[in-house]
Amino acid sequence: MNKKLISFIMAFMLVFTLCSCDNQGGEEDDENGLKVDCRGEYSKALSGTVLNVYNWGEYISDGEDDAIDVNAEFEKLTGIKVNYTTYESNETMYSQIKSGGVSYDIIIPSDYMIERMINEDMLRKIDTDSLSNYDLIEKKYKGLYFDKNEEYSVPYNVGMVGIIYNKKQIGEPEKSWKALWDPKYKDMSLNFNNPRDAFMTAQMILGQDLNTTDKKDWDAASELLKKQKSVLQSYVMDEIYGKMETGEASIAPYYAGDFLVMKDENPDLEFYYPNEGTNIFIDSMCIPKNVKNYDAAMMYINFMLEPDVSLANAEYIGYASPNKAVVSNPEYCYFEDEILYPEEPPENIQYYHDLDTETRMYYENLWIDIKLY
Amino acid sequence: MNKKSFGSRLVAAPYYVWAAIFVVVPLIITAYFAFTGKDGSFTLSNMYGISKYGKSFAISILYAVIATAVTLLVSYPMAYFMTKLKISSQRMILLIVMLPMWMNFLIRTYSWITILANTGLINTFLKAIGLGPVQLINTPGAVILGMVYDFIPYMILPIYSVMTKIDHSVLEAAEDLGANGFHRMTKVIFPLSLPGVISGITMVFVPSVSTFYISQKLGGNKNLLIGDAIEFLFNNGPDYYNIASALSLILMVMILLCLTVMNRFDNGEPEGIIV
Amino acid sequence: MKTVSRIYTVLMLIFLYAPVAVMVFFSLNSGGSVWVFSGFSLKWYEGLMEDTTMLTALTHTIIIAVLSAVISTVIGTAASVGILSLRKKFTKKVITSVTNIPLMNADIVTGVSLMLLFIFIGRLFSLDESLGFVTVLIAHITFNLPYVILSVMPKLVQTDHNLLDAAMDLGCTKTASFFKVILPSVSTGIFTGFIMAFTLSLDDFVISYFTCGHYQTLPIVIYNMTKKTVSPDVYALSTVIFVIIFVLLILYNVVQNKQDKRRTAI
Repeated sequence: MNKKLISFIMAFMLVFTLCSCDNQGGEEDDENGLKVDCRGEYSKALSGTVLNVYNWGEYISDGEDDAIDVNAEFEKLTGIKVNYTTYESNETMYSQIKSGGVSYDIIIPSDYMIERMINEDMLRKIDTDSLSNYDLIEKKYKGLYFDKNEEYSVPYNVGMVGIIYNKKQIGEPEKSWKALWDPKYKDMSLNFNNPRDAFMTAQMILGQDLNTTDKKDWDAASELLKKQKSVLQSYVMDEIYGKMETGEASIAPYYAGDFLVMKDENPDLEFYYPNEGTNIFIDSMCIPKNVKNYDAAMMYINFMLEPDVSLANAEYIGYASPNKAVVSNPEYCYFEDEILYPEEPPENIQYYHDLDTETRMYYENLWIDIKLY
Repeated sequence: MNKKSFGSRLVAAPYYVWAAIFVVVPLIITAYFAFTGKDGSFTLSNMYGISKYGKSFAISILYAVIATAVTLLVSYPMAYFMTKLKISSQRMILLIVMLPMWMNFLIRTYSWITILANTGLINTFLKAIGLGPVQLINTPGAVILGMVYDFIPYMILPIYSVMTKIDHSVLEAAEDLGANGFHRMTKVIFPLSLPGVISGITMVFVPSVSTFYISQKLGGNKNLLIGDAIEFLFNNGPDYYNIASALSLILMVMILLCLTVMNRFDNGEPEGIIV
Repeated sequence: MKTVSRIYTVLMLIFLYAPVAVMVFFSLNSGGSVWVFSGFSLKWYEGLMEDTTMLTALTHTIIIAVLSAVISTVIGTAASVGILSLRKKFTKKVITSVTNIPLMNADIVTGVSLMLLFIFIGRLFSLDESLGFVTVLIAHITFNLPYVILSVMPKLVQTDHNLLDAAMDLGCTKTASFFKVILPSVSTGIFTGFIMAFTLSLDDFVISYFTCGHYQTLPIVIYNMTKKTVSPDVYALSTVIFVIIFVLLILYNVVQNKQDKRRTAI
């Protein structure tokens, strides 16, 4: 009877594996097909190879709600299998690559992390001349401080951090980061579960330079964050979606683009840029040094810049796009959106820079102290 | 057994090699990281650095001890009642108790959010009857509940399996000698079921003290249990490998010490939990 | 007393099954939330068959579970025979202790130490990538082995050694008598070991988390999903797995009951 049970289990497995194989074959969906010309860039020459893409969570149009499934379209066009995995902080991504445990072909770090990875010789140069769509990127996002010679990164998204709140639950909060410390919202407020962004909320109140290397500044900010803990409901990253959409939490700092996505689900949500200033960031596509499928990676980057693909991503993710073809498209659902493309940008917007190892480890250790407080 | 030759000992060779490479060597490497600095030179600074995590250890142990105690308190009667059932129903209920174990534990933990959240099932009900929302999620209580829930089968099963083996004639003898129900419980059944209790305690305590998922999801990321600290540090890049290894090493030594002490109470052969 | 025990048992079952009920209920949600119920629908179950990420992960999980269970059962059974035939008490003790390490140690320590080993090896041979299919498989075999040994060893001890002698007296070679006499008598132990190894491997998250690289198993994918908005599809998948296991266990139980009856009849 034992043997029978084993063969029974085996049979089940067989059924499952067969199902999954079946699935990859069929499923033709040309309804909302993509208008990408095969200009020779997207050849099937690399068909059958695998492309490992490592991206932020919720950061690509994945076919939900009749949007384009970007990875599936790329697979259809080139025959390259996209192995797509996600991370939730720059540091996690960095750690994975630095350890040598895994190799990726495409990663999408933020500005300061790109600076760090270039310094540590972890990125491979990208020949932007060979990307036919590179010209679509707005000039003001090219050659920024972290990659002055446009050698390593291709901008994917731009964004700023602000405060999301539920007007039905808490009315109008003061337009300051201090709202996150307000005892009125005890157990209703959230903060970032990653040190750099969480420190930013305190640093702005203290009027600091976000890239300070003065330990006293970091100490002061950490004291402020410790005070916040008694008011705070929890530290979150993408869990914020569920919490804000259902009214589980009422006020939280997060990236502007994500707010627009949440507002679709819960119209009571509102957003503002605090008057002290805020952080601005650019997430760009990069190719790590230990890339295995460089040509496919280049193809993928160019594909992501295609007007249709960029538009689908911009509409799905909700972040501001650096792509001219998207921004100037009147059919784009966030066309001239006040939050994403404010005519008068908020005052005191600062980029993060890569800090020296000592400062970095100093504030990361302070973060542990805050958690343990 | 006396005819066993070299050959029958040789069949275990692959295992010895395996255990050496994948059990012993990794621990040596962990210890190496724990006692070296970033440049690879010997240092004790990681060991000093650990004092910072004293609170991590303290709350992890506290939560795990409470969780283990609660689990034991609720599991013991359950196991006892199970042994009182008919054999066929016993098997049925055993199956029912074990079944949730086969559901992914991440999902099991996550479902509790739906139940405990401010907008969750319990609070919706409480609001409806006017007892107003109670803060359940993101509290130490929620984390402990998660531990109890996730690991409770590991307590019920060993206690139950030891209890079923208790010889009925012993109980009858006790009864004949005038022991009442209470005395039968404290003087006969409990001591005899002790091996099961002990293996249950270790099987609940170890995963509880080292968990990182439960505290993240049910505790709102507001505390840093020892498991959280190790996970956070390893996810922050190779700069932190040394300190994270030191933490892992201390955690391991602590657990192994606890288990050795526990095993002192249990002088029988270690019992495998046969499903 | 009987009512007390009955009420208690029912309360315990409610506790054990509350999250399961939540999971099954919200897997039938027509909306995309696992918090707010907006109506019944089977769409998440239909969607499952199209979710390649999840299906790939499921395939990975099953491949790893089967391979690691088979390999650890073979190595572990052989190991049990060998360990029992050791004569020196000290050697035996050392080996038993080493065997117990992955069993007693916290998963996170096992996972982390294996990761460090793999990364170390990767650097030694300057590999581009040190984690992947092979490393998860090795990790799973490593934590499965003690469970197999623990299930097989007691059965081997119980085996009547006269049987082996008898077989050899009747002209069997040593190897033949092992396969014909000893192995069948410990088959329940081997089977238990295999099943335990299989289920442990199926459910493992912590150790895979540190060792899997690109070869993501289902628990890893679920973990990544619970980091963002969980949609009911995860619940649907878990419900499917739950039902399959439920049916398997019921069948196993029925068969076992029948066997018991036959045995008592004899």
